[in-house]
Amino acid sequence: MSKITFRDVTSIAKAFDAGLMPDEIKALLKRHKITDDEYQKLESSIGRKPTMAELGVFSAMWSEHCSYKSSRVHLRRFPTTGKHVVVGPGENAGVVRLEGDVCLAFKMESHNHPSFIEPYQGAATGVGGILRDVFCMGARPIANLNCLRFGKRTADRMRFLFENVVKGIGDYGNCIGVPTVGGNVSFDDRYNGNILVNAMTVGMIRENEIFKGFASGVGNYLVYAGSATGRDGVHGATMASDSFSSSSAGSKTTIQVGDPFAEKLLLEATLELLRKNLVVGLQDMGAAGLTSSSFEMAARAESGLYVELDRIPVRAKGLNAYEMLLSESQERMLLVVTPEKWPAAQAVLSHWEIDFAVIGEVTNGNRVKIAHKGVLEVDLPVAPVVDSAPKYERPMSSARKVPALKPDLPKSESVEKTLFTLLADNGSMKWITDQFDQDIGIRTVLSSRQGGAAVLKADGEWLGNSKIGVVISTACDELKCDIDPFKGSEHSVLKCARMISAAGGEPLGVTDCLNFGNPMNPEVMREISDSIDGIAQACRKLEVPVVSGNVSLYNETDGISIRPTPMIGMVGKIGDISQRKPATISASNGSVYILTPSTPSAKLNTAAYGKFFATTQSPKINDVDYAQELEAMDFVRSLSKESSVLGVRDVGRGGPLATLAKMLVSTEAGVEISGLSGDEGLFGENQGTYVIICSGDISKEYQAKLKHSKLQHVGRINESKTWRVGNEEFPSSSIYRAFNTSLDFT
Amino acid sequence: MQKITSIGRTRVGLIQFPGSNCDEDCVVALNRHFGLEVTKIWHRQTKLPAVDAIVIPGGFSFGDYLRCGGLAALSPIMDEIRAVAQKGMPIIGICNGFQILVETHLLEGALLPNAHGRFVCQRQGLVWSMKSMNSGANTKATISLPIAHGEGRFHADPHTVEKLKEEDRVLFTYAPNPNGSVGDIAGICDKSGRIWGMMPHPERAMEEITSGNEDGQLVWKAFFEHAMGGDANK
Repeated sequence: MSKITFRDVTSIAKAFDAGLMPDEIKALLKRHKITDDEYQKLESSIGRKPTMAELGVFSAMWSEHCSYKSSRVHLRRFPTTGKHVVVGPGENAGVVRLEGDVCLAFKMESHNHPSFIEPYQGAATGVGGILRDVFCMGARPIANLNCLRFGKRTADRMRFLFENVVKGIGDYGNCIGVPTVGGNVSFDDRYNGNILVNAMTVGMIRENEIFKGFASGVGNYLVYAGSATGRDGVHGATMASDSFSSSSAGSKTTIQVGDPFAEKLLLEATLELLRKNLVVGLQDMGAAGLTSSSFEMAARAESGLYVELDRIPVRAKGLNAYEMLLSESQERMLLVVTPEKWPAAQAVLSHWEIDFAVIGEVTNGNRVKIAHKGVLEVDLPVAPVVDSAPKYERPMSSARKVPALKPDLPKSESVEKTLFTLLADNGSMKWITDQFDQDIGIRTVLSSRQGGAAVLKADGEWLGNSKIGVVISTACDELKCDIDPFKGSEHSVLKCARMISAAGGEPLGVTDCLNFGNPMNPEVMREISDSIDGIAQACRKLEVPVVSGNVSLYNETDGISIRPTPMIGMVGKIGDISQRKPATISASNGSVYILTPSTPSAKLNTAAYGKFFATTQSPKINDVDYAQELEAMDFVRSLSKESSVLGVRDVGRGGPLATLAKMLVSTEAGVEISGLSGDEGLFGENQGTYVIICSGDISKEYQAKLKHSKLQHVGRINESKTWRVGNEEFPSSSIYRAFNTSLDFT
Repeated sequence: MQKITSIGRTRVGLIQFPGSNCDEDCVVALNRHFGLEVTKIWHRQTKLPAVDAIVIPGGFSFGDYLRCGGLAALSPIMDEIRAVAQKGMPIIGICNGFQILVETHLLEGALLPNAHGRFVCQRQGLVWSMKSMNSGANTKATISLPIAHGEGRFHADPHTVEKLKEEDRVLFTYAPNPNGSVGDIAGICDKSGRIWGMMPHPERAMEEITSGNEDGQLVWKAFFEHAMGGDANK
C-alpha cells in the first residue's frame, strides 16, 4: 500500500469563525464541568480560545474520571514496588510475577454511574472495558471477578438493577469466554441512590511479551479497529465525574452499549497482532474514547498525531467532530503500525472479520491535530492535555466523627434468630454465580461456588506440568470503613490476604477500586485520604504492593454519599493446587477448630451484628496486630499440606458461627458447638480469625508454633439435622434456608 | 470409510467460527488426555483437510445474533460438513456446536431459551439413555458434566421425540432437568449414530481437580468408540 496522502486542511481560523464568545463560554464550561480557574489554565496553556471540539477534549481529559484530579496527590502514598512487581501503576494494568517469566496482569475498575442508569449495558460494558485494559497489554484474560453493592432490596428499582447488572455481567463474560470466578455482593440502604459495579480481570502473560503502547515513528499509520462509532457514551467520562440528584438520575445517551462478540474478535486479533509483533502502538478506546487513546498514545511516544475523522467507520448519521471525539462506543482499539508491517497486520484484522480504517499518521513534534470535513477541529499540544490536568489538594475535615450507636435496634433474642438474620443478609451468591460461566478455560479449581478465594490452574501453555496455581480474592468491609476508613481499609486488604492464605496461597499484588462520595465534601475527602493510608499501611506490612487501580468519586445522590467502599482485589500464588483448601467442605463429619488472636477482643458493634442488633458501646475498631495477622496467615497456609484438613475459611461478616454455616452449606451438616459462647464469641468479628474443619485432630506440634494466636477445638459437625450451640438447639434446615434464600427478593 | 482402530491415531478437525470460545478447551482436552492431533479449521475454509472426525465446539458463534447457531449454519465450511456427514464422517457438536448441527438440519429439533430465562452454569447429573451404549467405555450409568448455556432447552414435536426414543437416539437425559427440555433430553445423535449433539461439556470434565470427576473422558471415548467404530481401550 502506498503512503497515504492527506488532503490539505484549511486554516484553523475557520474553526475560530464558528468559535466561542466569552458570554457563551460560561454556560458551556458549566456543562463541561470545567471551573473558571481550570479554563484560565486551559486558555493560557494553548495560547488562545479553544474550539468546541477542543473544549470537549479538555472536558474529558481533565475530568475526575480520567485525570484523578482529586485523588492523585493521595494515591502517591501507595507502596508500588516489590520483588514480585513487573509493571506498576500507570499502564493499562499492573503486572506481577507468578513463576519464572510467567506473569499476571490485572486491574479492577468501576462502572457505577452507567450501571445505575442502564444496569444491563452499564455492567456489561464495565466487564468489556476492564477486559480490554488487560488484553491490550498482551495478556490472555483467564478470570473475571465482580464486586457489587446494591441498595436495600425493597428500594425503588433495586430488583431491576440487581437482576440486570447480574445478567449484563454474565452475558458479556459468558460470550467472550472468560470465566467469572469470584466476587462479592452486599445490600445496604446507603447504596439506594448509587449502586456499585466494580469489575476485575486477571490475565496471563510472559514477561518479554508485555506490551506498552508507544506510537513512535514518524509516518507510521494510525489505525482504527473494531466497532463503528456511534453517539453512545458521548460524555461518559464527564458523567462519571458528577453526582446524581433524584430529579436527574443521569442521561441515557451517556450510556455505552456492549457487544461481547465484537470484543471476542478484537481480543483474538489483538493478541495475534502483538504475538506476531505487527504493531508499535496499541491503545483501547475506553473512557473518553478516541480523545484519550490518541492523546495518551502521543504522550507516551513523545510525538504528534494527525487524524482525519472522515475516515472513521460510523454507525450514526451526521456525527460531528465533537461527538466522534467523545463517543465511548465500545470494542474499539487504536493501533499504530509501520507501513512495512501494515499488509500483515491488515491480514490479521481481516481474518478476525474486524472493521478497520487508517485514520491518520504519527507526525513530528508534539501536537495532536484532528481534522473533519476539511477543517482542523483540534490542534493541541499534547502535554497540557495529558499532563497538566489540575491536581487538587481538596480541603479535608480534620477528624471524622465516630458514628453514633443506632437507636431503636432490637436486642438479639436467640442464637438461631441472630444467625438467621446474619445469613439472610449475607448468604449464598448462587443465584448470581449460576448465571456466570465459571468453568470455561478449564482452569477453574475453586470459584464462587465454594465462596473463598478463586484458584485456577496455570499449567499447559503457561507452566507445563507445574502444579502452581493462581489464587484471586476480592473484598471490602464497608461497614468497618464507615466507622473508621483507615482501619476498615486495612481490614479490606487483610480480608483479601486471609482468603488467599486460607486457600493455601501467598499474596503477590493488589489492585483497588476506590468508591467514594463527593470529593468537594471535606468529610468525604477525609475518608478518601484515610482509606488510602489504611490500604497503604496494610500493603506495606504484608509486602503486597498496589500495582493498578481506579477511583470512582461522586457516588452521591441528593447529598447522601455511599459508605466509603475501597474495593480490593488481590492475586496470589499457590505452589501446589492439589493442596488447596476449599471454603465450603463436602464432608459432614469432623472437628471444628477456631484460630484467633491469643487475646481475643471480638467486637459486635463493628461487625455485621451491629447493623441489626443493639450493642452497648459506640463502635471503635482496634488497632491491627500485624504480627498476629501474619502468623495466622502462615499457619493456615501450612495447614494446606495436611490432608486431614477438610476446609479453611477466614471469619468474615457475621462472625464465627455464620462462617461455619457457610462452610457446611453443601452437605447441610449438623453442628455441635461448645467452645464458643455469648454473642461476642459467636457473632463478633475479630482480626486474623479462621474456622478450620478437620477429619482428625490438628497435632500439638502445629499449635506449639503459635505465639500471637491460639487454636481452639470448639466442637464437631455431624450427620444430624440439628444445630446445638451451647444450650440452644434448633433444626439446621432453617439455617441453611436463610443462607440459600438470601438473594430472594420476595 | 476407513475403520479407525485406535483413538490415538484419529485426526480431529475442529471448526472455529467467529465467537467460538470452547475451541481451545477441546484442543487441550483431546490433545493432553488422548494425545490426539487436532487441526483448527476456520469457518471460511471451503475444503476440509484430511481428518477422521469433526468437533464443533461451544461458544457464541456470530454472537448468537439472529438465533443461536443460525448464522454459523450458513458459513462456507458447512457445505463441506454436510457433504462429509453424508459420507459417514463422525461429527460431535457441543453446546453451541449442537445448536449449529440443529440449525444445519444434521440433527432434529431446536434449542430454545432455558425455561427460567436465565443462563445456567452448574454440574449436571446425566443418565445414559442410549441402549446400544452398553459396552466398552460406557462403564457408568449416570455421569455428571458441567453445563453452561442460556439456550439449551431441547425441543421437538411429540412425533420426533417418540422417534428419537424408538430409534435409540437419545444420548443422555438430564437428572434433574435444568432448562425445561422436552423429555429431559440433553443430547441426541442422528440415525447413523455418527453425528452427536449435546449441551453438556465433556471437554470440561477431563480432570478431577477442575470438575470433580473424569466423566468427560467417558463421553469422548464413547463417541470415538460408537461413532467411529474404533476401540478406545487399545
